[in-house]
This record gives sequence, C-alpha cells and structure tokens, in this order.
Amino acid sequence: MSRSTLDLWVGAFVALGIAAILFLALKVGNLIDFASAPGYRLEARFDNIGGLKLRASVKAAGVVVGRVESVKLDPATYQAVVTLRIDPGYQFTADTIASILTSGLLGDVYIGLDPGGDPKMLADGDKVAKTQSGIVLEKLIGQFLFDKAATGSAK
Amino acid sequence: MFSAAAAGFVHALRRMGSRTTTIISWLGYATRFSIAVIRETPAAFSRFSLTMREIYFSGVLSLVIILVSGLFVGMVLALQGYDVLQRYGAAESLGVLVALSLVRELGPVVAGLLFASRAGSAITAEIGLMKATEQLSAMEMMAVDPLARVVAPRFWGGIISMPLLAALFSTLGVFGAYLVGVKLIGIDAGAFWGNMQAGVDFRYDIVNGVIKSIVFGVAVSMLAVFEGYDAKPTAEGVSTATTRTVVESSLAILGLDFVLTVFMFRGVA
Repeated sequence: MSRSTLDLWVGAFVALGIAAILFLALKVGNLIDFASAPGYRLEARFDNIGGLKLRASVKAAGVVVGRVESVKLDPATYQAVVTLRIDPGYQFTADTIASILTSGLLGDVYIGLDPGGDPKMLADGDKVAKTQSGIVLEKLIGQFLFDKAATGSAK
Repeated sequence: MFSAAAAGFVHALRRMGSRTTTIISWLGYATRFSIAVIRETPAAFSRFSLTMREIYFSGVLSLVIILVSGLFVGMVLALQGYDVLQRYGAAESLGVLVALSLVRELGPVVAGLLFASRAGSAITAEIGLMKATEQLSAMEMMAVDPLARVVAPRFWGGIISMPLLAALFSTLGVFGAYLVGVKLIGIDAGAFWGNMQAGVDFRYDIVNGVIKSIVFGVAVSMLAVFEGYDAKPTAEGVSTATTRTVVESSLAILGLDFVLTVFMFRGVA
C-alpha cells in the first residue's frame, strides 16, 4: 500500500474517532448546556425535596425551561435551598408556585413551575415565594397504614 | 519415618521458594521490558510514519468489527431495556439506560475485548514471528534497536487507536438504540435524547469512559508486544503467545474495569 493511501485511511479513522467523542460529549452528554449555562438563577425553599437531584429538570407546563443547579440545607430554618437556573428567554411571574413533582410513579423527580397572574416578573437572584414540598412515598404509606389501623380499632 | 516427612517438607518449601523467585524475576523482567518500551516513546513519535502504519493495522482494519458490534449491541440493549422499562412505565428512560451502559462500561470493555482479539493477537503473532525468523536479531546486528523500530510503534499505535475505537463503538451503539427505540418501537425522540442528555454527565461519564479505554489500550498493547517479544522462537511458541495475549488481555480488561469502576463511579448519584 502506498504511503498516501495509508495516511488517508489513518486520517479518516482519527477524524471519525474524534467526531465520535465530540458526538458523545455534545449530543449524549449535552456538554454545552452545563459548560456555559446561560440564563438566570432563582432560589426556592422547600421543607422537603424528596428525591430531587442535581441537574433535575425544571418544567413549566411540561416544557423543560431550566435545571436544578445546587441543593443546600439552610442551617437556621432546616429548609432545603434549591437554586434553579432558568434558560434565557423565559420569564415567570412573581407569584409563581414551585412544586416538586414526579413523572410517573417511579420516574424522575423534577420541579414544576406554575405561573400566576402577577404583572411583576422574577429576576436573577429572586426567591420563589410559594413552594410545595415533594411527596415522600414512605411517609404517605405510613400515614395510610396509621389511618387504617385507627379506623380498624374504632370499630 | 520422621526424617522422610521432614525431607518431604523441605522439598515442598524449596519448590515454593523457587516458584516465588521465578514469579518475581518474571515480574521484574516484564517491568523492565515495559520501562524500556516506554523509554523508546520518542522513537515512535519522531518517525511517526511507522506508528501511522500500526494505527492503520490495529485501528482502521478493526473498524468494521467495532462498528458492526457497536450497532448490534446498541440495538439489543434497546430491545431488552425497553422490555423491562415499559413494565414500570419508564420507557422514556431508555436513552439514558443505553447511553450510560455504553459510555461507562460496554463501549470501553467490549471494544477492548474485540481490540485484543482483533489487533492484539496480530501484534503478538507478527513480533513473535519476527523473533522466530530471527529478524529481530538481524536488526540488532545492524545496530537497529528492535524496541524502537518494531515494538514502540505498535505499542503507541494501539494506545492511539483504542480510545477512538471505543468512542466509535459507543456512538454506533447509541445510534442503534435510537433506530430501535425511536424508529422501530416509537418512543418519543425528544424524550429519548432529553433524558439521555439530562442523565449523562460529561465529566463523570464520558471522560471516565475515555480514561477507561485509554487504560485498556495501554494494557492490551503492552501485553501484546510483551508476549510477542517474549515468545519462544518456534511455531508452537508463537501460537501459545498469541493465545496468551488474548486470554491475558481479556482478563486484564475485565479486572481493570472493576478496579476503575470502583474508583470512578462509587458514590456518584
């Protein structure tokens, strides 16, 4: 095989390989989304975040509008402080309710935003005033069993 | 009676001792060989056309088997994954399931196993046959260092090819899963890619996968050139060395994979 054909094949192979790594990084790993992270940040406080994870999606009307950027515990109030990064171009009213929801019974936990009618919009660094905590399934089952036992013994 | 037992005991001790020293000296030999090969790295890069030729033989010629295997592994993963996921109503998570298993584990490991049997065995057989036909000795006679001329380019050719092959394997796997999941079964394309992008992290998953494939490339290439260089210069010796390359490389990949996984992915949510 001549030198130039060999070089061509190797060049094509290396280019393909690098393209594959780029594909994995950009399309599968969505690198751009996390590297630059444009948009503005909102803060929401929850009594219980359930199974919320970092990078969970923030949805409004089912549409992904941002990501969960950080989760911390406020040592004074024992509330979870969740920072949401909202994509630029989306605006939410000041009376928006943030709730922790689950897609399906065992699906991913995400944050749902329900905007209200307030003419004022939330800006970078603002707090989402109204929040609804996540449902912890174990607590719910415990409650159910407790109620069942109470009605059973009353009979 | 007692003295016979004592003699037997001493004999057993002596055998254990000799076996231990043999193993240690073999380990020392393998380590010194590895260091000597790594020391010849400049030779592999200053005359890059030699390494280029090896990338062609171990990388380009492995493309077909890697691409076809990747595609089929991805398609089968999608079928089987869908079967289980849809029982829990989580069929949309198919993308993240397939992407994570490919990028973290199957891409580097299966591509490494294929690479070991496709390219590693060829490297061992070539170097072993060069030794058996005294080509390596002839080079030494001409003051050409076979480590620099023959071994180092093959070693580096393998290291360069392996991560590219693993990435291509994963990519084709994801594409195969897309074909089966979205085109055949009919999962929503947006959910397929969206869940995948939300669940796969660049640093944790993709970079660690690439690191794995580089480590496997180093292990397979080093084992292949070592077995070839160490082969008995007979037809039987070369065939034994080739078999040993495939067996040892496969075991090394699986063992290293476990160790790397423990360090990389333990405690990652």
